[in-house]
Amino acid sequence: MIDTILMISLGFIGLAMLLTLFRFIKGPSVSDRVVSFDILTISSLALISILALNFGRVIYMDVALVYGLLSFLGVIIVARYLEKGI
Amino acid sequence: METLQTIGAFVVLAGSIFIFLGALGLVRMPDVYNRIQAGTKASTLGTLLTLVGLIMIMPAWWNKFLLLAIFVIITNPVSSHVLARASHAAKIRLSKKTVTDHYETYKKEKEEKAHGVKS
Amino acid sequence: MKLKAFLLSFIILMLIWLLLTGTFDLPMLLTGAISAAIISLILCSRCTIFKGLKLTPAAFFYTIVYLFVFLYELIRSNLDVARRVLSPSLPINPGIVDVKTRLKSPMARMILTNSITLTPGTLTVDIEDDTLFIHWIDVSSEDREEATKKIVNRFENIISKIYD
Repeated sequence: MIDTILMISLGFIGLAMLLTLFRFIKGPSVSDRVVSFDILTISSLALISILALNFGRVIYMDVALVYGLLSFLGVIIVARYLEKGI
Repeated sequence: METLQTIGAFVVLAGSIFIFLGALGLVRMPDVYNRIQAGTKASTLGTLLTLVGLIMIMPAWWNKFLLLAIFVIITNPVSSHVLARASHAAKIRLSKKTVTDHYETYKKEKEEKAHGVKS
Repeated sequence: MKLKAFLLSFIILMLIWLLLTGTFDLPMLLTGAISAAIISLILCSRCTIFKGLKLTPAAFFYTIVYLFVFLYELIRSNLDVARRVLSPSLPINPGIVDVKTRLKSPMARMILTNSITLTPGTLTVDIEDDTLFIHWIDVSSEDREEATKKIVNRFENIISKIYD
């Protein structure tokens, strides 16, 4: 029961990532691409947490934490570059 | 115990639906500011709900899930604000539906003032 | 003043370390305490972000109240944006308005702007002295006082009880 519901949630998150990827490829300006990159990361954080529960390995949560940290830094740096150059 | 886990699974499902809605908003909205609005924040709530549901399913790992939730709550508004300001500085246009832009008029006034002092 | 900032940042870093490791073993605790002390000494020996924080029971109580108000607003406005995204005609009415805040301390302003940004429908674009520029997905009034009343006041009243 619980496993089935978690599988459906994984499906929804996968669909969301596909839609985001569409905007990432199409997006007319650089900002659009950075926004979709940000949302891709946030969705993957949820994805990794569910997968960590599924595989029963708590160490995957550390992966999610470091991943979130790196993507946050990346977004800030790109935004700074857009605003006035590095 | 079993009922709490089932409730948690449904909370996870609700969170994933919010993430999906955020992505849908990202595709449908007309300009980058509205995309930031619809996208980042719906997915923030979605991730939060997912983590809360996972805590209900697996209470032994609560510390990692809670840390990730705090991290998401603190960093996400910062990155969306920085992106919005950078887009405005890079002169990316607002959509045609936009009613008003007080920020643009403020920037112009400031520039004119600086120019006046110089000349 | 200096000691207060140092202690606060030390406590916050130590809490994060405890959440990250999840154990109370002595070696782990010592490692965390030493790292937190060094980081607080280097980065927060003369930082000003905790200026104006009230350390009273009332402030603690209002922090809890604020969390609940914030969660309520977050869920309510998220449902609102979800309704907008799902309806076929896309009923949005966006624009950038300016509002005033009466909060002075930088940390209080950061909490206020983050809360405004995290509730969908409003997005802080820039802050200039006490003027906030806010992108609003559904502009109902361009007037400064009206917009201030609608966006800022619900959070500001509680934050002003936690910070000076």
